[in-house]
Amino acid sequence: MAEVNSRQLLKKGAEASLSRAERYGRQVVIKARLPKKYRPAELDTSIRSYRTVHEPQLMNEAKKAGVATPTIFLVDVKNTAVTMEFIEGKQVKQLLNYLSPSEQRELCVRVGELIGKLHAHGLIHGDLTTSNMIVNGEGKIFLIDFGLGEKNMELEAKGVDLHLMKRALQSTHYNLAEECFENVMKGYTAVVGKEEAEKVTEKIKEIEKRGRYITKRQEET
Amino acid sequence: MKEPEEAYCLGIESTADDFGVGISTFQGEILANISDAYIPEEGGIHPREAARHHAEVADKVLSEALTKANINPKTLRVISFAQGPGLGPCLRTGATVARALASYLDVPLVGVNHSVAHIEIGKLKTCTRDPVALYVSGGNTLVAAFECGRYRIFGETLDIALGNCLDVFAREAGLRHRQGLPLGAALEQLATKGEKLVSLPYTVKGMDLSLSGLLTAAVTLLQKGKHKVEDLCYSLQENAFSMVAEVTERALAHTEKKELLLTGGVAANKRLQTMLKSIAEEHNARFNVVPHEFATDNGAMIAWTGVLSYTHGLVTPVEESFVKLRWRVDKVDVPWLK
Repeated sequence: MAEVNSRQLLKKGAEASLSRAERYGRQVVIKARLPKKYRPAELDTSIRSYRTVHEPQLMNEAKKAGVATPTIFLVDVKNTAVTMEFIEGKQVKQLLNYLSPSEQRELCVRVGELIGKLHAHGLIHGDLTTSNMIVNGEGKIFLIDFGLGEKNMELEAKGVDLHLMKRALQSTHYNLAEECFENVMKGYTAVVGKEEAEKVTEKIKEIEKRGRYITKRQEET
Repeated sequence: MKEPEEAYCLGIESTADDFGVGISTFQGEILANISDAYIPEEGGIHPREAARHHAEVADKVLSEALTKANINPKTLRVISFAQGPGLGPCLRTGATVARALASYLDVPLVGVNHSVAHIEIGKLKTCTRDPVALYVSGGNTLVAAFECGRYRIFGETLDIALGNCLDVFAREAGLRHRQGLPLGAALEQLATKGEKLVSLPYTVKGMDLSLSGLLTAAVTLLQKGKHKVEDLCYSLQENAFSMVAEVTERALAHTEKKELLLTGGVAANKRLQTMLKSIAEEHNARFNVVPHEFATDNGAMIAWTGVLSYTHGLVTPVEESFVKLRWRVDKVDVPWLK
């Protein structure tokens, strides 16, 4: 198979390496979870196989919830590699800082709507960062990287998911973080409803207070 | 900048169980680093008892440090102290000593963030410039890197700290704190004898991690008594360290920095060092561990960070020197970095 040789490394991430290739005339991404030498082989194998199997399942479920994700073509459990559709576009991380305030607002609201759709269907992304969202040429947002996700309806899981989104905004888009997160929550509220959104917001506050050094907790005591 | 004469900063650390005094020159030479630890009869740190200990040993530790540095207190240019984060009563004791000393000597006072100090002493002692820093101790577990005026947090625990997790398990397993051998070190020794990896929860949530579930599961298995203690120590360490390592690797891949710094009390653990070294190699980053003497809480790191702050125009007026129990590292401006 000549195709196999035409792999081109896109990115070596922390967890997996992404390569681009052509399969049957389609542009695909091969996400290979490589062994990690630092952890015991037993633990390493179980983590990698678990994520390889679960990620495509969740991506498929996300589609049913109305959230665009790359289509899965092949799940190679033995080699802990997943072949999926290549999405031509830009990461939200790359875009956000260069948009006008109104465009920023709109993008964040749409991201919030997508998270709302996932949560309403009992899906937790597990790693909501602006690197894991791709906007294609038509302006459609795709969510990727469901490796740390799970199916979970509990308030706790939803709260943590959004708390992580907020944390990711704070570390990568520190100047915009607060406003962006507010807009994410607007979009989220529009999908899940005011009552549910309020419950989740309360949960996020509770989760933040569990953190070691949150000033709010001190003020209250 | 040329100083007319040799300038010194004396730093006071008292965030938890250690009361420490360090003296640093403005060039970063550590002249003294003396500390005295409060060791509870049983259980963890009782804040009030620890603070009482600090008050009792303060003058002794101070005079030992001054004797060691062999300087006249009148030549001190600035007094720094750990203003937070930490345990209230302990922090207040150190702050009181610092205020008294600064007003007696009529020199400026500088409040220093304890977590920033752990990173800065690690950088000073290993000649690191711009690392991804993993700071792991009894009270903190965070991955930070400098970005636009501050250290930003790229990963942290959602609940308990790594050192806390290991210490609680060690106590449950009947290990005792002995002079010269902290609980974590005792656990590490036992873990090297473990052979079988027992399945325990592995909880990485995005860039953060959670350790409380892991601790509960490990303690429950310990109480059931079906596994060898050595195997449980080994498995607990492997799981916890792998989680910490995974979030550290994420930060390294995300920031693309070329240095990795391990700092804080748990940095002394050899197994953790090995794991992080492997990650650094994978990402072509230079790996550094803070030297043992500066790994646990110490006064030298407060003194050195005091120098950095003071020489960049930061002073803390006495009326603003109240302690900050939950002072996050990403709330601190670090003007000495560009």
